[in-house]
Amino acid sequence: MQKSIKKYFALFALPTIIAFSVAFVIPFLLGVYLSFTEFTTVNDAKWVGLSNYVKAFSNQDFLNALWFTVKFTLVSVLTINVFAFSLAMLLTRGKRGTNLFRTVFFMPNLIGGIVLGYIWQLIINGVLYNFDLTLTSDPKYGFWGLVVLMNWQLIGYMMIIYVAGIQNVPKDVIEVAKIDGASKFQVLRNVTLPLVMPSITICLFLSLSNSFKLFDQNLALTAGAPAKQTAMLALDIYNTFYGKTGWEGVGQAKAVVFFVLVAMIALVQLLITRRKEVES
Amino acid sequence: MSKLKKMLGIMLVLTLVTVLAACGKSNESATGDNGGKGEGTDGGAKEIYFLNFKPEIAEVYEKIAKDYEAETGVKVKVVTAASGTYETKLKSEISKKDAPTIFQINGPVGYQAWKDYALDLKDTKLYSYLSDPSLAVTSEDGVYGIPYVVEGYGIIYNDAIMQKYFALPDKAVSISSASEINNFDTLKAVVEDMTAKKEQLDIKGVFASTSLGAGEQWRWQTHLANLPLYYEFKDNTEFDNTVLAGLAADEVQFKYNEYYKNIFDLYTNNSVTKGTLLGGKSVADSMAEFALGQVAMVQNGNWAWGQINEVGGNVVKAEDIKFLPIYTGMSGEEKQGLAIGTENYLSINSKVSPEKQQASIEFLEWLFTSDKGKAYVTQELGFIAPFNTFNEDEKPADPLAREVMTWMEKDVTSVPWTFAAFPSEEFKNQFGDALLQYVQGNQAWDEVVKVFTDSWKAEKAK
Repeated sequence: MQKSIKKYFALFALPTIIAFSVAFVIPFLLGVYLSFTEFTTVNDAKWVGLSNYVKAFSNQDFLNALWFTVKFTLVSVLTINVFAFSLAMLLTRGKRGTNLFRTVFFMPNLIGGIVLGYIWQLIINGVLYNFDLTLTSDPKYGFWGLVVLMNWQLIGYMMIIYVAGIQNVPKDVIEVAKIDGASKFQVLRNVTLPLVMPSITICLFLSLSNSFKLFDQNLALTAGAPAKQTAMLALDIYNTFYGKTGWEGVGQAKAVVFFVLVAMIALVQLLITRRKEVES
Repeated sequence: MSKLKKMLGIMLVLTLVTVLAACGKSNESATGDNGGKGEGTDGGAKEIYFLNFKPEIAEVYEKIAKDYEAETGVKVKVVTAASGTYETKLKSEISKKDAPTIFQINGPVGYQAWKDYALDLKDTKLYSYLSDPSLAVTSEDGVYGIPYVVEGYGIIYNDAIMQKYFALPDKAVSISSASEINNFDTLKAVVEDMTAKKEQLDIKGVFASTSLGAGEQWRWQTHLANLPLYYEFKDNTEFDNTVLAGLAADEVQFKYNEYYKNIFDLYTNNSVTKGTLLGGKSVADSMAEFALGQVAMVQNGNWAWGQINEVGGNVVKAEDIKFLPIYTGMSGEEKQGLAIGTENYLSINSKVSPEKQQASIEFLEWLFTSDKGKAYVTQELGFIAPFNTFNEDEKPADPLAREVMTWMEKDVTSVPWTFAAFPSEEFKNQFGDALLQYVQGNQAWDEVVKVFTDSWKAEKAK
């Protein structure tokens, strides 16, 4: 059987390979090709070489969006993981109502980004109206609005992953540490954290990549207002592609740059945190 | 045992192959169907695809499509783009296999983007029906866009509130009805006095919200900006048409920006909503404020009638809804009328089969010439159609459209829609963003002017 599986490997893998190429590889390669062309619709592309990339990088909107995205990602990855881990610690102590709380915290993740964006727009504007302000008054409201929104959506999800990790830490190891006289903080620092490192890897990866490629929440909450100062990379790409006639290729070039960035950051992060993972 | 396993393996492989083959086959036949779909046995197309621009009348088009299919057997697929997303939708739809056969362009600038797809319509009957052939979008010898609706915009006012104001014993102006307002100074005096007396008039503000949220600023960055640029391009005597002058202008001075500021400040200072809150307001909000009688005036066009009429708790009577031109303080503006024009031009997709092109043209001709089609156009779509196939009595019944026609007949000069020459959406949005920054107090007016001229130049340059 083992042998025949090996023999027919190619055949069995074929459906997946076909699906993967049709849905991912071909569009991706086509996208890279289009980033070197000028086009209105994808059927009438004309080769223009690197000029789209030059335009993309000399475009102030793109650089602003990049900087805004980096700031946003740093803040939200930090807050999401700190809150999610703390909640997970609280909800693995076997207190009453643990399951109810876990469900409640997870729920925002089930709502779509556009809906969440509009809900938070109403909430935040509702508060700011009292001070004669709106989300568009200052980019900092949009920034913190996005951070709150992203936290609200992702904390529950990350919490579940951390809960699974923490529950896998063997009780005896912690007990031994306690008998040896370790304080609560020392147990956390030297026993629990290293042992939940796989969860941390996953959570960091998910929150990082999700924050970096945030789109629908951004569109619904601020749509970049005021004056594109809260537009993130994905929104800027969308606006370039659809908002500026003749700039479709530039939008595509930005998207390729964006892909390379996300892939690089995620890989580096995976490499670093993987190295810290230990076996119990 | 091993024989059994081998047999099993072979069977599995066989099943897989059959399944795959079946998939491939069914796919093939499906595409075959698709390719053939639309062409009937008699050679004429059985299905055409109309990509609609106006979400507010999407339902009417569905009804028209149903009627047309019942009458001629040709199915009209109507797809409507959500507000503000027409270009996006068109871009993705037109590259599909089953592409729109009828689409819309927004004038000469739109034609530049879609020229590879627009069919030359100069030999069609539809073009010959135009009451003014110069309205069409043309390029060299060809005709690529046919206007199908003439629209007008200005300041819509609620005459009931105005009459209440003019009946006040302590009013500060000498005129006695809103129709006597014929320049900016009078308008300003009336509006500011009304704001001072808003408790007596039982209104919350004179003007509805100057909505400046993303995608909601078109009334200011396009419609209102039309006025100063119309006058600026009119000063250029090399051209006999302000749109042509605008298209030729690589740079603008925005030299009448003070007049823009006049009216814009009047709107925001006498509004129901404070300037700092305008980023969160939508056009729908402002139309609702008007319909509920909370405000006396709102700048919008005759297409807004549907929105006013639909608001629940609507207190404005149809006969009280009137139009006033947008006065900005230009000299000689007593002779200025409403801004009248169109930015909706029908185009036929040149890349679909000739049968489909023909069927699409036939559908449009039916819509604008048959009794049934014309009834839809005037009564349900509420279009003032620019075709000579419509008789005097076949005109829309809604009060705003009637007002537009009345103003067209008055002894005033209508302001053409010069914004057809604006370089791009991006230009308009940058100007709109600057306006928001201005009303929120983050930017001085000088900077708005600078954004306007710089972004015009930048968008023209690429």
